[in-house]
Amino acid sequence: MSLLSYLINGISLGSVYAIIALGYTMVYGIAKMLNFAHGDVIMVGGYAALTMMLSLNANPLIAVLVAIVVCTVLGITIEAIAYRPLRQAASPLAVLITAIGVSYLLQNIVLLIFGSSPKSFQSVVLVPDLKLAEGALMISGETIVTIISCIVIMIALTTFINKTKAGQAMLAVSEDKGAAQLMGINVNGTIALTFAIGSGLAAIAGVLLCSSYPSLSPYTGSMPGIKAFVAAVFGGIGSIPGAMIGGILLGIIEILGKAYISAQLADAIVFAVLIVVLLVKPTGLLGKKIQEKV
Amino acid sequence: MAMLEVKDLQVYYGMIQAIKGISFEVNAGEIIALIGANGAGKTTILHTVTGLIAPKAGSILFEGKEITKIPAHKIVSLGMAHVPEGRRVFAQLSVYQNLKMGAYTRKDKDEVEKTLETVYRRFPRLKERQNQIAGTLSGGEQQMLAMGRALMSKPKIVLMDEPSMGLSPILVNEIFDIIHSLNEAGTTVLLVEQNAKKALAIANRAYVLETGKIVKSGDAHVLMDDESIKKAYLGE
Repeated sequence: MSLLSYLINGISLGSVYAIIALGYTMVYGIAKMLNFAHGDVIMVGGYAALTMMLSLNANPLIAVLVAIVVCTVLGITIEAIAYRPLRQAASPLAVLITAIGVSYLLQNIVLLIFGSSPKSFQSVVLVPDLKLAEGALMISGETIVTIISCIVIMIALTTFINKTKAGQAMLAVSEDKGAAQLMGINVNGTIALTFAIGSGLAAIAGVLLCSSYPSLSPYTGSMPGIKAFVAAVFGGIGSIPGAMIGGILLGIIEILGKAYISAQLADAIVFAVLIVVLLVKPTGLLGKKIQEKV
Repeated sequence: MAMLEVKDLQVYYGMIQAIKGISFEVNAGEIIALIGANGAGKTTILHTVTGLIAPKAGSILFEGKEITKIPAHKIVSLGMAHVPEGRRVFAQLSVYQNLKMGAYTRKDKDEVEKTLETVYRRFPRLKERQNQIAGTLSGGEQQMLAMGRALMSKPKIVLMDEPSMGLSPILVNEIFDIIHSLNEAGTTVLLVEQNAKKALAIANRAYVLETGKIVKSGDAHVLMDDESIKKAYLGE
């Protein structure tokens, strides 16, 4: 029974990683850049929701919506101010370093406003805990909501990309920006939309993460951000199902590692798995390499 | 009035001037060929016309309207489609998705379906392979897809960049036949080609480029008999 409960917790944590990894992988696929500030957007989402609930006494659902709006606007702003001017830059490292700079900037702005002491987060989940097998197996409301959110997001995103014009435009831009422009696709607009979606998802991930692990500090986003990046690479960066599978596997590995091997070594195990996967399959689990005829 | 008019165009890549003041025009219904060796600036001209590169000086008029500063993604809905060098089909999308991408700016869904039918009639092989991933098509099929994709926008003029590149002689003939019949169906064509012989054979007029300048222009049949052109481009 304990194995089952660890598995469920792993899937839940992995779902959060997966939602964050989607943002990483979509931005990478379309703008060909690693947005290392993505993890900190999660943290901003957490603070936005917490502020709504504590200071304005808002309903948790409204707090989540506000967090999504705040992060979406933040994502679009970061892209327009920090990344877009560098898109034609000679070195792709310029934008990578800028992303690291944005990451520190966000952490320090939040540090200035809210201080460094961790705040205890108030769960936004109203779903009661589920007790199974006469109390031997308990699944928290947070776990249930997290897993369901992840499934809903995955379905919604896949439908959006395959069925809408904006989604098809994203596919076109991710393959060939020049050819996409010739089709009449606004590349800057499409990249901005990608940042908007990724950042909105980051807000959801932030709120879910803080509901399960209710401590929020300006550095809360860094570690989950890096783990989600690992998940995206693990699954095959640029691939949406890859981010999903990578995230969930990573969550399971981390929780099982904590439970059966060593709590201190859990993070090391996660990164070791990444190294092994990349040695065996450098493009990640679902990373594709289509043979093109010329 | 010419359909497309390029006046004193100058384009730089950093410090290097790639196009050194070029003027030419394309009238409705014509096939115009831009011929010249590798590096003469043919592709640069097409990229500048469709807005992928910004010129340093000069102007581009389409149906009398200044389009020099219009961004690339707004050009296609004016009625100008560009079949880029190297096909540049969306390799991971299906043939059908690629074609739909060509009609991205069109809002008239029923009309788009009709255009798709005409494209399939012109390229039956694309219909047979509509669900195949474009990256797995042969070179000739990819060229047909790139052309079909451009036609999906119902263009008045199509800019074609090296459509025969890397194709077998039989396919080259097929592609040129298609260009010819497209033109007969009413589409104006601006054709960039290294295969000068083939290009001159179907063109009405042609411009010969050398390192960013037009060195000769005129009736395609006259140019075909020009001794210096024969020597330099036709290998005779």
